[in-house]
Amino acid sequence: MGLEAYVVVATILFGLGIACLITRRNVIYVLMGIEMILNSANINFVAFNRFNGDGMDGRMFAIFVIILAAAEAAVALGIVLNVFQLFGTVKPSDVDLLRE
Amino acid sequence: MDLTFNPETDFKWLLAVPLIPLCGYVIQIFFGRFLPRKGDWLLTTGMAVTMAITVWMAFKAIAATQGGEGFFHESLDSDFGFRWLYATEKGATDPLNVTAGILYDGLGAAMLAVVGIVSFFVHLFSTGYMHGDRRYHIFFANISLFTVAMLGLVLSDNILFLFVFWEIMGLMSYLLIGHFSHDPNSHRIKQAAAACKKAFLTTRVGDTCLLVGIMIFYYHFQTFRFTELWEAAQTTVAANGGEYPAWMTAAGLLVFGGTVGKSAQFPLHIWLPDAMEGPTPVSAMIHAATMVAAGVFLLGRTYPLMSPTVLNVVTCFGTVTALFAATIGMTVFDIKGVLAYSTISQLGFMVAGIGTGGLGLIAGLFHMVTHAFFKSCLFLSAGSVIHGCHHEQDMRKMGGLRKKMPLTFLAMLICTLAIAGVPLFAGFYSKDKIIQSAFMKMTHGGLLDGVGLFAYAGLLIAAAMTAFYMFRLIFMTFFGEARDHHVHDHAHESPAPMVVSLLVLATLGMFGGKMWLRDFDLMGAKGTWFEGLTSEIDDGHHGHGSEHEGSVGEAFSIDRMYPGIAITEMNTYVGDSAEHFQESLHAGHTWAMRGSLAVALGGILLAVFIYLLKKADPAKIAAAFGEMYTTVANKYYVDEFVNATVIKLQMVLARTFKWIDENIVDGVVNGTGKINRAFGFMWAWFDSTVVDGVVNGVGAVTNMTGSLVRLFQTGRIQQYASLAFGGLLLLFAWLFLA
Repeated sequence: MGLEAYVVVATILFGLGIACLITRRNVIYVLMGIEMILNSANINFVAFNRFNGDGMDGRMFAIFVIILAAAEAAVALGIVLNVFQLFGTVKPSDVDLLRE
Repeated sequence: MDLTFNPETDFKWLLAVPLIPLCGYVIQIFFGRFLPRKGDWLLTTGMAVTMAITVWMAFKAIAATQGGEGFFHESLDSDFGFRWLYATEKGATDPLNVTAGILYDGLGAAMLAVVGIVSFFVHLFSTGYMHGDRRYHIFFANISLFTVAMLGLVLSDNILFLFVFWEIMGLMSYLLIGHFSHDPNSHRIKQAAAACKKAFLTTRVGDTCLLVGIMIFYYHFQTFRFTELWEAAQTTVAANGGEYPAWMTAAGLLVFGGTVGKSAQFPLHIWLPDAMEGPTPVSAMIHAATMVAAGVFLLGRTYPLMSPTVLNVVTCFGTVTALFAATIGMTVFDIKGVLAYSTISQLGFMVAGIGTGGLGLIAGLFHMVTHAFFKSCLFLSAGSVIHGCHHEQDMRKMGGLRKKMPLTFLAMLICTLAIAGVPLFAGFYSKDKIIQSAFMKMTHGGLLDGVGLFAYAGLLIAAAMTAFYMFRLIFMTFFGEARDHHVHDHAHESPAPMVVSLLVLATLGMFGGKMWLRDFDLMGAKGTWFEGLTSEIDDGHHGHGSEHEGSVGEAFSIDRMYPGIAITEMNTYVGDSAEHFQESLHAGHTWAMRGSLAVALGGILLAVFIYLLKKADPAKIAAAFGEMYTTVANKYYVDEFVNATVIKLQMVLARTFKWIDENIVDGVVNGTGKINRAFGFMWAWFDSTVVDGVVNGVGAVTNMTGSLVRLFQTGRIQQYASLAFGGLLLLFAWLFLA
């Protein structure tokens, strides 16, 4: 199994993530879409490291991304909880207090 | 007690003299109404202290003159003068340097004491007379500042400060004469308002002359200080060959113009009778010690600046005034009116006396001093009578008040004897000295001097009239039967402060003259007149006393009043040999005395004949004079004349100016307005279209840009994400296709 298979899987995952990010109206799904995009990037990092590199650079980046994603998810979910408390909704289109 | 004049400390006391009543004034004007009794005790006490200082200082001055030396002190460059104005012009050699200081000499000492004494008693009298007045505290404040001005005027060592105080007095006389114009209960509001306006405006004519005169002297002499003016005058006259230059005559006449206004000389006397609208203490103040005396005092201070021509004019004006006012005084029925015209007449005596020069200068100033006492007493007595008769002023309604008001009667009788010129009373000495001086002027140089003859004859006639109308007043008011029983039944003696003031002033009016000449001799007349006179009376025969006249030559020293200035050589008795001078003095002595005794007794007897014994009916006498009486009774129509000429001219001018104002000035102003309006419309159009257009345009463009850009900034993250992704796709597409 060559590099292409990994890249295809990553691309599909990226496409699904983008679709989820753009189309979903619930902010939780939006966050999940972002996680999918990040993970498709992780697959790419690891795959390119496996086939093209001879160090640990790609894998290290993947680990960083995972850590960042975890931190991001924690912060984002905190925001979501607060937004829910304040507005009673988790739809980003309804949170428009600063719009005129 | 040590009576040596010590400039170091005594100038401090003199400085306190005007400052004490000034402090009183400031307190009174702001807080007077809150004080108990509306603050009258404050000012009266202050005046008592002032009076004490002035009298004490006068005694020091007297002690200094006892040895026959003159008394003269000036606070030159000491702590008691201050630099008031200092200015240098670029390139000018003489800087304008006006310092204010104190000049305290014999004349100043005498005058200051008189002002202090009379003012205090006027204050004291007012506590009774003005009781219950609506503006009681304001009255006291004003009368106090009035006194301050007069005290300052007497102490000034330069003519500019004299003028400043002179003007303050003008203002205060305005406020005081118009005192009742603020009283809604007074039935003479309009008269009071008109009188104070008239007094202010009439004296303003004289004041303007005075200011111009002062400026001419300053232009030539570069100084305002009296001592320097005298010296400069002497130098100028000497440099001019003993003759006064023409400009000095002109300036001297202008300065005399100030006296004419302030001292109510003909033809500017018209304000004084009207000034009777003021409260009686004010009349006593203005007509005795302060305002009208200021004019005479000014003549005394500027005497060395006056050329013989000016002095002749002064004599003529004084004599005309003395005669003219005395005739009117005989026809007036208002008790204060008689005194008003008598004041004008007596001021005429003083001015004429000063005009005759030499001895007359001392005589005139001396008459000012004695007159201050008896005239203030006469006015206050008249006030007491008016007060007792519940503000009835017409003598025809009085009569028989002698028993109702014995003390007032006593005071008034003493002062009437004094003003009529009865021997041993104050007025006799001073008036006779004036007449003597006129006689000496008439005969000086061995020729008959026209002006001197006019003065001698005119003043004698005026003296006779004075005796007549003053006794007419006494007889009509205090003797006979009560003509109006309503007035008589309600008449009562005045309260204690008023009566005390009257009696003290009457005492001074009685003994003032004698004391002054025998013991005080502040102005240097000792040995010339009084000693000879008293010895004559004591010996019971006239014409003797020659042993006293040996001292005349050197004692006849007016230069004691103006130290270092040889006055006698400058403008009096020029060309008289010492021998002839003695003769003239002697003859004047005799003839003045005979004349004035005769006229005084004649006047009194005539009054007794007509008004006490009723041997003749005054109405019939008046009718016999016909037109003449009517003219005099109407005050020679001077007021009517002024109304028809000056005031009419003034009205015409005023109307012309009003027309110019309404048509030309208003036209210009309105035209300017219209032009401005047209410009305004133009600018308004420019503003609303061009300027606003630019501003609004900028706004609109900004707005439009904002609305356009806003379309991208929705705030929806998913939209941002899709756009970003779309962009990415486009980037890839471009990369692959290129």
